[in-house]
Amino acid sequence: MSAAAEASKGWSSEAMARRVADDIPDGAYVNLGIGMPERVAQYLPEDREAVFHVENGLLGVGPSPAPGSEDPELINAGKKAITAVAGAAFFHHADSFTMIRGGHIDICVLGAFQVSAAGDLANWSTGEPDAIPAVGGAMDLVAGVRTIFVLTQHTTKTGEPKIVERCEYPLTGLACVDRIYTDLAVIDVTPQGLVVRELAPGISFDEVQQRTGARLVAGASVST
Amino acid sequence: MINKTMDSAAAAVADIGDGATVMIGGFGEAGSPIELIHALIDQGAKNLTVISNNTGSGQVGLAALIRNGRVGKMICSFPRTANSTVFPELYRAGRVELELVPQGTLAERIRAGGAGIPAFFTATAVGTVLEEGKERRSFEGRDYLMETGLRADFSLVKAKKADRYGNLLYSKTARNFGPVMCTAAATTIVQVEELAAAGGIDPEAVVTPGIFVQRVVVVADPAHESQLVKEGRSYP
Repeated sequence: MSAAAEASKGWSSEAMARRVADDIPDGAYVNLGIGMPERVAQYLPEDREAVFHVENGLLGVGPSPAPGSEDPELINAGKKAITAVAGAAFFHHADSFTMIRGGHIDICVLGAFQVSAAGDLANWSTGEPDAIPAVGGAMDLVAGVRTIFVLTQHTTKTGEPKIVERCEYPLTGLACVDRIYTDLAVIDVTPQGLVVRELAPGISFDEVQQRTGARLVAGASVST
Repeated sequence: MINKTMDSAAAAVADIGDGATVMIGGFGEAGSPIELIHALIDQGAKNLTVISNNTGSGQVGLAALIRNGRVGKMICSFPRTANSTVFPELYRAGRVELELVPQGTLAERIRAGGAGIPAFFTATAVGTVLEEGKERRSFEGRDYLMETGLRADFSLVKAKKADRYGNLLYSKTARNFGPVMCTAAATTIVQVEELAAAGGIDPEAVVTPGIFVQRVVVVADPAHESQLVKEGRSYP
């Protein structure tokens, strides 16, 4: 198979975001991380209502504003312009992190550099000597939010596994990840190990295992 | 009669001395008290310890304070953003110290400082490099780290509206660190766009009660940091 055909297999980033949105129940309070996780909101099924939280002080994030109507005092954690839905609430930082650290937010969707077999997450620093360390709210989110979803490509741009036995990058938190959504599979972090729950179309369990740096277990509905 | 309003940003920041610890509100440009920061640059205080979520962008506001060599140490959660070059350069050159604090821990340390709580325990950062040097204790089977409260000599905050008592209303996500920073400084200085008549703010809607505010300056039409950066402006 050619490299191009190889790369086109699996879920697109849109399909990945849709797959995460499918797992957000009606009534959930959800924090979406910067980047790809932000896209999840637009794919929430129409029969469900969720309240999206940004740590800089808003519950009830709406769609992106029309060009020209951005408000520099209404932004998300990535400092991009947003809107507020009817029924939204503004609050200060200590209240916002009371929501996060006090276990009031149901689900957080984050990106990752690496996730370990035990569910350790590394997503804030590559640890390079001249990098400017910047952590933001990532460590608070993984310590306090009840369910942590990771949304990431299965491997790095150079094909290195991002799901590994032990993280090499500086950790964001220990044993905090519940479920991993990649372009190849949906994987649960369980006491029995990394359990593959779903495979992307055209992807076999063996292919996912080959591109993973830790041992995988096939879930009941996944054929090996 | 109580009247906390002052005539100018320059007068409001005049007594910030060398070596002072200063909290500066804002999350990115939202809530950054840019006119108060520029007045502080004009005033000349140096060797400041600044507590703020970010380190500013471009060559204005907090970034300009840092670039002018006034800041010896930053306590913040995210010292780089788009258009943020001043802090990274000085940090790599060893000319400014950094204490990196997770954002929720930063907010809670400020809240605790303002509430007279010297220290508390949190699960954030357990098992990470930011645990280094901190006491770990277990409560009901889970591990936590001890974090200390933060206080400052001055807080510089931007709000939307004040009355002469210092009661404050904010604007949308520009509220962010303002309310907790107001509580945690010996002297809190607030710039607002609008001054309400006494009694002109609904007591049910007050976000920061005036007891936490010492000085109010009206800046009717504050600059937007992103606009100044886009125009390539530099302060002074």
